[in-house]
Amino acid sequence: MPEELNVVGRSVVRSDGVGHVTGRTRFAGDLVFPGMLHLKMVRSPLHHARIRGVDLGEAERVPGFVRALTWRDVPHNVYTILSLIGVEPEEEFVLAQDRVRYKGEPIVAVVAESEAAALEAVAKVRLDLEELPAVFDVEEALRPDAPVVTDWGNNTFMFEGHPSRRVRFGDVEAGFARSDHIVEAVYNSSPIEQAPTETTGCVAVPEANGRYTVYTNTQALYFSLDNTAIILQVPGKRLHFVGGTVGGGFGGKVDVIVEPIATLAAMKTGRPVRYVFSRSEEMQVSSTRSAWRIYMKDGVTRDGHILARKVTSYADSGAYSRQTPYALTKHAANAAGPYAIPNVSIDAYCVYTNRTPASAMRGFGVTMASFALEVQMDRIAERVGVDPWTIRFINAYHNGDRKPHRKIAEDATLIETMQAAAAFVGHELTDEQKAMTSAPRASLEGVR
Amino acid sequence: MASVIVNFELCGRDVEVLVQPMATLQSVLRNQLGHTATKEGCRQGGCGSCTVLVDGEPMLSCLLPVEDVAGRRVTTLEGITPIDGLDPIQEAFLESNGFQCGYCTPGMVMVTRALLDHDPQPGREAIVEAISGNLCRCTGYQPIIDAIEKAADRLSGSGEQTGER
Repeated sequence: MPEELNVVGRSVVRSDGVGHVTGRTRFAGDLVFPGMLHLKMVRSPLHHARIRGVDLGEAERVPGFVRALTWRDVPHNVYTILSLIGVEPEEEFVLAQDRVRYKGEPIVAVVAESEAAALEAVAKVRLDLEELPAVFDVEEALRPDAPVVTDWGNNTFMFEGHPSRRVRFGDVEAGFARSDHIVEAVYNSSPIEQAPTETTGCVAVPEANGRYTVYTNTQALYFSLDNTAIILQVPGKRLHFVGGTVGGGFGGKVDVIVEPIATLAAMKTGRPVRYVFSRSEEMQVSSTRSAWRIYMKDGVTRDGHILARKVTSYADSGAYSRQTPYALTKHAANAAGPYAIPNVSIDAYCVYTNRTPASAMRGFGVTMASFALEVQMDRIAERVGVDPWTIRFINAYHNGDRKPHRKIAEDATLIETMQAAAAFVGHELTDEQKAMTSAPRASLEGVR
Repeated sequence: MASVIVNFELCGRDVEVLVQPMATLQSVLRNQLGHTATKEGCRQGGCGSCTVLVDGEPMLSCLLPVEDVAGRRVTTLEGITPIDGLDPIQEAFLESNGFQCGYCTPGMVMVTRALLDHDPQPGREAIVEAISGNLCRCTGYQPIIDAIEKAADRLSGSGEQTGER
């Protein structure tokens, strides 16, 4: 007798649904605590500048001003979010020290009794900045005479000793030599802001037991806790992060931006501190999907088999790397697409510029690879003279195929997905295409 | 500038608040009166998450100086939520998954209430027009439109009164 299942196979009401439709869900920005202070940030008005001085005199006289925090107040002011998974070096400043590298970079945090007082005090902080040349294009940033964003003399992130995340599979030059067609194109994309309806924010509350409770709308609760512990140089057990209610994220709330400085302000004042982005901060300052430039070159036989693919990709990381190195690793693993290509060479560069730091957004690294390589597939189809379906059936990978990054495909579903899609849109496939499956090829020799 | 006293009706009760001139209804609702169902996605009239009803009309509370509602009737989502259970509009949103993150939902529900009070059986075009000032980044809008259709069907089918509580 089949077991009676309570959830599987049924439509269930979401556990947070009643809260959402009644407005009783508590979002971080809804929370109020006795004595709560408001934190607002003094930000760089320039894309790139040396900080010659900061004058807090007038700001301190604003009624309601409580205190200001500069980089000197931050126990470990230089961090990198992905240090938790071994990524180096630490290069992002919680609060800017001697230089600002993007427009909107935080310099001084002001804490005040009201939001209005905090905004007024922020407006009265005097910055003495010396503007520096800025760079906004990935390839310009890699020229020897480009303005240098980092502290190590160039704008390149190093992947285990290499300036790019590399994939080398077969011999692409030999593949091109044997090809009937060479299809080359460049694909560009702009930065994209996730634009969640709820802006990034948190409230940090000092507790009587010496701990700090941080109510946050982060998408990465433990990432935020661990990075905050590192930045503030406190054991993680002194931090209690409460989250899970996120008013839209899409990757835009994965970085660790508001919690460390709000918690530090709570430590320095002994009072709850609310730090919630304005809409303009969300749009200007919070990280975006990175801009990409992708060069793709394919060698193809006259019957449509791709023999070689060479990819050179540049992700614009902006002023700091954040999650972009991870994006490039995913990008390099996916730039050949779900296609069996025997010769592949990929170089994916993480480039620093003076743009807003880029980071996570829905499939980051892979999304733009897919955009580029699928448009490329259509171009190849056009060149070879077959329809866009056929070029994909010809080149689709099968289970058991070795992908360029050396993984064996064991979850291939491209063929079945295309068959379902064709049925869905009423496209008539050939009998051969209808009969195909992703099952392992009879012989690996069959992979050309 | 000196603060001023403003009186208005909030969800059926008279309230009196002392406010700075040009304080927005949104900030007074959220920060002085604890009505946090009214959200603040942009505070510049761009997202609709702060929509409330003023004399039954949907308004963006972030653009409305609170002095402008003196003597008028303001209804927030708190005002249409029963103590127990849900309003039929809320039920329809819940059943149709007319939300994901939930941040735009209060504004969507308030706009729906105003729409159905004026037009108990709106077509899909009228629904789209009614929510055109309310941004949702999650759903792609279709489940929200489905929810509003479902609410309209139920409310008009049952002959239930849809006036404000």
